Amino acid sequence: MAAGVAAWLPFARAAAIGWMPVANCPMPLAPADKNKRQDELIILNVSGRRFQTWRTTLERYPDTLLGSTEKEFFFNEDTKEYFFDRDPEVFRCVLNFYRTGKLHYPRYECISAYDDELAFYGILPEIIGDCCYEEYKDRKRENAERLMDDNDSENNQESLPSLSFRQTMWRAFENPHTSTLALVFYYVTGFFIAVSVITNVVETVPCGTVPGNKELPCGERYAVAFFCLDTACVMIFTVEYLLRLFAAPSRYRFIRSVMSIIDVVAIMPYYIGLVMTDNEDVSGAFVTLRVFRVFRIFKFSRHSQGLRILGYTLKSCASELGFLLFSLTMAIIIFATVMFYAEKGSSASKFTSIPASFWYTIVTMTTLGYGDMVPKTIAGKIFGSICSLSGVLVIALPVPVIVSNFSRIYHQNQRADKRRAQKKARLARIRVAKTGSSNAYLHSKRNGLLNEALEMTGSPEDEHMTKTTSLIESQHHHLLHCLEKTTGLSYLVDDPLLSVRTSTIKNHEFIDEQMFEQNCMESSMQNYPSTRSPSLSSHQGLTTSCCSRRSKKTTHLPNSNLPATRLRSMQELSTIHIQGSEQPSLTTSRSSLNLKADDGLRPNCKGSQITTAIISIPTPPALTPEGESRPPPCSPGPTTNIPPIGSNIVKVSAL
Amino acid sequence: MNLEGLEMIVVLFIIVAFVKALEQLGLLEVGNGDKIEDELEMTMVCHRPEGLEQLEAQTNFSKRELQVLYRGFKNECPSGVVNEETFKQIYSQFFPHGDASMYAHYLFNAFDTTQTGSVKFEDFVTALSILLRGTVHEKLRWTFNLYDINKDGYINKEEMIDIVKAIYDMMGKYTYPVLKDDTPRQHVDVFFQKMDKNKDGVVTLDEFLESCQEDDNIMRSLQLFENVM
Repeated sequence: MAAGVAAWLPFARAAAIGWMPVANCPMPLAPADKNKRQDELIILNVSGRRFQTWRTTLERYPDTLLGSTEKEFFFNEDTKEYFFDRDPEVFRCVLNFYRTGKLHYPRYECISAYDDELAFYGILPEIIGDCCYEEYKDRKRENAERLMDDNDSENNQESLPSLSFRQTMWRAFENPHTSTLALVFYYVTGFFIAVSVITNVVETVPCGTVPGNKELPCGERYAVAFFCLDTACVMIFTVEYLLRLFAAPSRYRFIRSVMSIIDVVAIMPYYIGLVMTDNEDVSGAFVTLRVFRVFRIFKFSRHSQGLRILGYTLKSCASELGFLLFSLTMAIIIFATVMFYAEKGSSASKFTSIPASFWYTIVTMTTLGYGDMVPKTIAGKIFGSICSLSGVLVIALPVPVIVSNFSRIYHQNQRADKRRAQKKARLARIRVAKTGSSNAYLHSKRNGLLNEALEMTGSPEDEHMTKTTSLIESQHHHLLHCLEKTTGLSYLVDDPLLSVRTSTIKNHEFIDEQMFEQNCMESSMQNYPSTRSPSLSSHQGLTTSCCSRRSKKTTHLPNSNLPATRLRSMQELSTIHIQGSEQPSLTTSRSSLNLKADDGLRPNCKGSQITTAIISIPTPPALTPEGESRPPPCSPGPTTNIPPIGSNIVKVSAL
Repeated sequence: MNLEGLEMIVVLFIIVAFVKALEQLGLLEVGNGDKIEDELEMTMVCHRPEGLEQLEAQTNFSKRELQVLYRGFKNECPSGVVNEETFKQIYSQFFPHGDASMYAHYLFNAFDTTQTGSVKFEDFVTALSILLRGTVHEKLRWTFNLYDINKDGYINKEEMIDIVKAIYDMMGKYTYPVLKDDTPRQHVDVFFQKMDKNKDGVVTLDEFLESCQEDDNIMRSLQLFENVM
């Protein structure tokens, strides 16, 4: 139940009047206000700055320091205020959490200081509201990375646990700074890439003449030298590629990666050339292949982070680039057509066809303006000017988008996926906390702790059964109890263990149905024998249904008149059921009014009294007293880390 | 001739571009220009309740209780009115295991006496005053009003079935014993047997008041609300 809504509890309870005439059973007694305190202001003195708030505000979250009796340790008798020697700035946020139910993270605050304060006040950081959660997580991650870097730089001096030779090699390849050998290798390969690229370029430069007045490119003049250089480079690249292939942890993945494809494309032409030198037909193709040698320059991207990010940006801006291309194409076609028809009349026009006009349009739109094709008619000139004006616009529009994309990606390029995965995990955690809270009532029933008529049953069990009560929780439980009475149904307490023991099926709906069928079959048998579970606490048996059904039932213990077979089958059913649940849910309504009607039924259940803490949002189960009763998530499925109980019963209400 | 045609196109094009430019600059009004003001009005709805003394006089609450009520009200609905959506959300949070929206809908209609679609603090407090501090007669009358969905003065079976079904929905799906389809209907039958004295198929206010006052359980339940505040 959310914090602010607690104030509407009187309204909800008043609205229950609509159930009264419809109910067939008498209602449970309302919880009496034992110590009806008027809502009082309490003063919190945090390092001199005084905060004041209502007591009930703080009690909304009873499992934190301020909401529980722990704050009494800080009570100052002389000044009648609670003194905390902590940071008042952060306390502002903490107190706002109590008031509004949302915890905010201020940007100016240091992350570790904030975490410390939250830990002191007993508040989990997970409940930070969505508005501030991203920021918080980012800062936390940066902090963690910083810590990790510090640790790494310490670790680098030590010798690491013995990695296999293969792993060391892979590490050396990926991170050249780990050892000197890796660094040497890194620079050597870089050098040879540069040499190879320069060779390719210089090969085509005219290098002086040969008798015959023919200009020769250097590549043909010093063919042997260039061939040797090329061979050396290719050998180095091949060795490097093979070494990487050997060292890769996942060879299949390595082969498919972009860098290895570039490596292969860079060295393939050489080998193909070796194979094909004697065949003249394909020498034309061979020449084309040499073009691929220029891809060696992309090997530099291993050496430069910026290049990699650029490539990634282009990939991610594919839509913007596509839009640019598409709009350009549209504009080109339109203007080319218009120019063609405009220039059709003039003589000796260069605009011989629409495709021929494409060239003019492109040159004009990109404001190049070579001048090899110019319109001569007036209409042509007008349209030509419109074309160049619109060209500027069309090209200028997507470019800033790409630029901003690049800068954004440069800062966050690897974090997007991580954040998504973390968000899933975080939502799962929050769901756990939420379901924990909304199951407070069910827990109270299962543990057999329902508070009734405090005055009626003033037995000494009261004290040790009482957990931290607040009036709001008992009132809320009373409301739910009234609803049960009105409808004659009762909340079914699912049990996580049920899923483990009764079936391996992960679908808990099915399991609930199984239990339902058992319940239906047993509906004529009301009692679960009190003999069955002496080891359990004094409350056992399934919740009985309301009086309309009670009339059908016999009012005696099952040991007596039942036929043996029936009893046995019932026992079997019951055993299955009881095996399935560690503590079956509770019989209700123990007020004296009802005892008259069915005192034979539940001899043991008098006077139990429960108070529970409403686990207001968001309290993870671990912090609450009921936490123990819920076993750790048992379903071995990797799908969820939510305890099944939550996924079943609770409709997670908006909070 | 082609040239003339093209020149005309050029001229047309230039005129259209000119008009568009003027429109953009706001010098030319072509379409309808009154769209913006409506939206501003809708966001500024805010309601302040009457004074504390007046409310104290009109209801059975003390000043302090009104203060507590108003604080909670304002916290959840800063604008001073509750609309049905918020109402449903608030009410549903008390019944996380079931679906409280239908019952909340009927409640809302009962609270919203003027049928405006929103409940102001005065309506809220007036209704609460009847429910918590009113006489038995007033409470029963309010409940009759709640059941009478179409406010025609009679409760017929369909209305009762709707209400009872809404109540059962609040329990949710995982109940013991399992909720069967005709449970609400049976429940309503029992209810009608009790309430409908002259067996004419509808329950009037007098029949309702009479039958409720005869029933001990109901009388006792009504006293539950004494100490809610």
